[in-house]
Amino acid sequence: MDAVAHDDDFRQHVRRYLYVFYALLFGTLITVGASYIPFGDHEINIGVALFIACSKAFLVAGYFMHLLSERKMIYGLLAFTCFFFAGLMALTVCSFADFPTSTFTH
Amino acid sequence: MDIPYTVHARPDTGLYNAKVGIWLFLASEVMLFGALFSAYILLRVGAPEGFWPRGWLNVPVGTINTLVLITSSITTVMAWASCKMNQFGRFKFFHACTILLAITFVCIKSYEYHDKFTHYEVIFKDGRIADGHIVKNDPKADSVTISGHFVADRKELFDLVGPNAHHPHEEIRIPRDQILRMERYGPWHHTYLAIYFTLTGLHALHVIGGAIVIGFLWGPGSRMWKTDRERFTNRIEVSGLFWHFVDLVWIFLFPVLYLI
Amino acid sequence: MHNHEAHHEDAGFWRTYVFSTDHKVIGIQYGMTALCFLLFGFCLMMVMRWQIAHPGQPIPVVGPLLAAILGEVAAKGIMAPDLYNMFGAMHGTIMVFMAIVPLAFAAFGNYVVPLQIGAPDMAFPRVNMASYQAYVIGGLIMFVSFFIPGGPAQGGWTSYSPLVTSIPTDGQTFWIVGMVFLITSSLLGAVNFIATIIQLRAPGMTWMRLPFFVWAQFVTAFLLLLAFPPLEAAAIMQLMDKVAHTSFFLPTGLAVGGNLAHISGGGSPLLWQHLFWFLAHPEVYVLILPAMGIVGEIIANNTRKPLWGYKSLVYSVLTIGFLSFIVWAHHMYLTGMGIRIATFFQTTTMIISIPSVIILTCMFISLWGGAIRFNTPMLFVMAFLPMFGIGGLTGLPLGFGYSDIHLHDTYYVIAHFHYIVAPGTIFALFAGIYYWFPKMTGRMMNEFWGRVHFWLSLIFMNCIFQPMFAQGMAGMLRRMADGGANYSQAKVPGAIGGLGANIMGLNTYILWAAICLGIGQIPFIINLFWSIKHGKPITSDNPWQATTLEWQTPTPPPHGNFATAPEVHRGPYEYSVPGHSTDFTPQNEPEAPKPGTRIPVPELA
Repeated sequence: MDAVAHDDDFRQHVRRYLYVFYALLFGTLITVGASYIPFGDHEINIGVALFIACSKAFLVAGYFMHLLSERKMIYGLLAFTCFFFAGLMALTVCSFADFPTSTFTH
Repeated sequence: MDIPYTVHARPDTGLYNAKVGIWLFLASEVMLFGALFSAYILLRVGAPEGFWPRGWLNVPVGTINTLVLITSSITTVMAWASCKMNQFGRFKFFHACTILLAITFVCIKSYEYHDKFTHYEVIFKDGRIADGHIVKNDPKADSVTISGHFVADRKELFDLVGPNAHHPHEEIRIPRDQILRMERYGPWHHTYLAIYFTLTGLHALHVIGGAIVIGFLWGPGSRMWKTDRERFTNRIEVSGLFWHFVDLVWIFLFPVLYLI
Repeated sequence: MHNHEAHHEDAGFWRTYVFSTDHKVIGIQYGMTALCFLLFGFCLMMVMRWQIAHPGQPIPVVGPLLAAILGEVAAKGIMAPDLYNMFGAMHGTIMVFMAIVPLAFAAFGNYVVPLQIGAPDMAFPRVNMASYQAYVIGGLIMFVSFFIPGGPAQGGWTSYSPLVTSIPTDGQTFWIVGMVFLITSSLLGAVNFIATIIQLRAPGMTWMRLPFFVWAQFVTAFLLLLAFPPLEAAAIMQLMDKVAHTSFFLPTGLAVGGNLAHISGGGSPLLWQHLFWFLAHPEVYVLILPAMGIVGEIIANNTRKPLWGYKSLVYSVLTIGFLSFIVWAHHMYLTGMGIRIATFFQTTTMIISIPSVIILTCMFISLWGGAIRFNTPMLFVMAFLPMFGIGGLTGLPLGFGYSDIHLHDTYYVIAHFHYIVAPGTIFALFAGIYYWFPKMTGRMMNEFWGRVHFWLSLIFMNCIFQPMFAQGMAGMLRRMADGGANYSQAKVPGAIGGLGANIMGLNTYILWAAICLGIGQIPFIINLFWSIKHGKPITSDNPWQATTLEWQTPTPPPHGNFATAPEVHRGPYEYSVPGHSTDFTPQNEPEAPKPGTRIPVPELA
C-alpha cells in the first residue's frame, strides 16, 4: 500500500476484480430466479436469498474492499461489530418471543 | 511536529490513518443499518398472518438497480487500481462511470418512489375497496379517476405474486362524495412501506453523499494527483471503501425488500 | 513536508480560538460549553425540586421570569405538570448528552489523550473541529426548543413511544433532530479517538505502557462508535412517526385522547425501548469510564506509587466494554419479558459488576502504602471511591429482576444513578479540572477554595441523594410533578402503601440540600475563572511531578505538542523507583546507560 505498485502485479488483481464482477452479476440473476422457485416452505426461499446475499457480500468485502488481504486489526473490529449486531438482532427477537404465559399461582 | 502515517502505513499496524478511520466509520454504519434490519424483522414477524405485503415492489426495476450498483462497484475498484498503476486518464474514465451510475441509481429510485406516491387505496363509504394508480385527480372536479381494480377482501391487496394475483386494470371513475378514505402508498400506509422508504431513503442519502465525495475527488480534488500522488490514491481507496459498503447494503436490501 | 508552524503564526482570532483544528483548543471549547450546559441542567433541577417540595405554589425569584418566557405552562409563576415534565426530560437529556459525555469524553479526552500518547494532534484534526461544531448545533437546537410554542420534549430523556409522538407539539421533533447532531458529533469523535490511539502512539509507547486514562477513553470511544447508531436509527424512525405519520412504534388500535388514531398501526413500542436501551446502557459506561481513567491518573500521582494491578485494570475495562452491549434489557424487566430472556440479561448484568468491582478494588489497593498528598484533586478522587461504591452496590437490587419489580421507576433508581454520576463521575471531572488546569493555563487553582468546594459538594450531594433510597423503597415513583403528594397518607389517609409524612418531608430537606449544593459551586466557578489570570503561577512545567507525557511538554503545550516525537522507555507510573534521584521517572526520560557502556565521545571539530 506504500509505494505505487508495479503494473504486472496489478493486472493480476484487475483480472480477479473482473471475475468477482461476473460472479456478482451471476449472483444477482440467480437470486431473482430462485425467488420464483416454489420450494413449498417460504422459509427456504428466505434462506436461499440470504445465503446468496451473504456470498455476494463476502465477494464485495473480500475482494473489492481488500478484506481478504487486510490486517488482523480490521478483522478484529469487524468481528466485534458483527457480534454486537447479531446480539442486537437475536436478543431483541428473543425478547419478543419470550413472554410470561402465567402467574405464579395459575 | 507533523501528523505521521497520513500517507504511509504505520509499521506495526500496517495501516495508514484514513484507512483505520474509514473502517471504524463503516463499523458504525453496519450498526446503523443493522438496527433498521432488526426493525424490519420485528415488524414483519409481528404482522398478522396474511397482512405482510408481497409483490408491492417492481422486481425487474430493482434488479436493474442492483446491476447498476454492482457495476459502479467494479468501476470504483478499477478507478483505484488505475491510480495505483499511474494511469490518471483511466482513473478519470472509471470514476466518471461511477458517478453516472450513481445518478442512474437515484433516478430509478425516484421513479419507484413516484410510482408509490401515485398509487392509491380508496375505501368507499359503502365498504367497497378500489386500488390503483391515479389517472385524474383534479381538485375542482367532483370525481377521481384511477386505473386499477376492485377487491372483495382487503387481504387481496397484500399478495400480488400469488396464483390469484392477476387482476385486469380498468379505469374507475369515483365520485368524491362516495369516498370514505383515500390514501396513497406512502410510508404512513403500512409499516412495510415505512421501513421500505426509511431503509431505501437512508441508503439513497448514502449514495448521494458518496457520489458527491467521489465527484469532488474526480473534479477539483484531482489536483492533488500532481502534488501528492500517493495521498490522492489513498483518498480514492478510502472513498472507494465507503462506496463498496453502500453497494453491500443494497446487496442485502434488494432481496429482503423485493424478493422474500 | 508541510510547515504547519509557519502559517499558524499569523492565524487570526477566529482561526485560533473559534475555528481551530488544534485538539487542545477543541478540548477547552468542549469543556467550556459542557460546563455551561451542566450549570443549565442543574438550574432546571433546582426549579423541579422546588416544585416537588411545594407543589402548585408559585416559584420564588424565577417564577415571574418563567411565566414571561414560557407562557401558559408557567402561568402566575406556578409550574404546571407539563412544565415539570419538560424540565425533567431536558434535565436528563442535557446532563447526559450535552454536559457529562462532552466533558468527560470529548473535553478531557481531546486535551489529554494526544499529549499522553506523544502525538502532535488527533489523527483527523478537521473532523475533530466538525465534531465540536455538530455538538454546538445539537446543543443549540435542544436549547432553542425551550422557546418554541409548546415547549421542549416532555416524555423523559428516554422518549418512549407512543407517548412522545402523540403529544401534539414540536418539542419532540426538535429533540430528535438535536440528538441526530449530537450522535453525529459523538461518532466523529469516536472514530478520531480510536484512530489516534491506534496510529499515533509515540515510538516506545506500547499498548501496555499507555496511561490507564487512555485505555478508558479507548474503550469509551468503542462504546460510542457501536452503540450510538441503533439509537440514531431509532431516532430516524421516531421522526418518521412524528412527521410522516408512520407507525414504527405505534401499535394497532392505539387511541389518543379517547379517539382511535388515524395510523396504519402494526408497530411496536417495545422496539423503541430495545433500540434506545441498546445505546443507553453502554452510554452509562461512557459516563463512568473516563472518570475512572482520571481517578487512576490522580491516584498514581498523589500516592507516589504505581497503580496496583495495571493489567487487571486494562482487562477489566475491556471486559466492561464488551459486556455492556449485552445487558441492556435490565432496564426493561417490567415490559412483560419472559423468564428465560430476563434470566439471560440478569446473568450478564451480574457478570458485568465483576470487572467494575475489580477496577474499584485496584484503585483502593493502590492507596495502600502510598505517600498520599491530600491536594484538591486527590480529595475528590478519594471521595469518588466510596461514592461510586455506594452507587454501584445499590445497582445490584436493580439488576436482579425479582427485586427490580419493587424498585423499578422509583426514587431508588434515581438515587442509584445519581450517586454514580454526581458524587461519582462529576467528582472525577472536578478532580481532572483542578489537576490539568496548571498544564492548560500555567497557574494553579486556589487550594483553599478548592477544599471548600470539595467539602460542600460531598456533604450536600449525599444529603440530596441518600434520602432518595428511602423514598424509593417506600414506593415513591419517579417523574411525579407533585412529589408524590397524590399518593401520600396525608391525601389518602389509611391507603395501603401510602407515602408517610416522613417520606414526604424528605422532599423539603432535599430541596435545601440542593440549594446548598448550588451555593457550594459558586466558589468553584469563581476560582476557575479568577485563577486563569490570577492563580499562583507554576514554577515548573510539571507541578505535580507526574510521570505521564502531558507533563513533559512546555506550558501550555505549543501547536504540534512535541518538537520531535518523544521516545518512551517505560510504563506510565514509575513512581518511587529505588535508586532513582527523584520519586518519579517520566515515561520519556532517557534510559540510564548500563554500567560499563562506553559513552561515545563527540568528535572534536
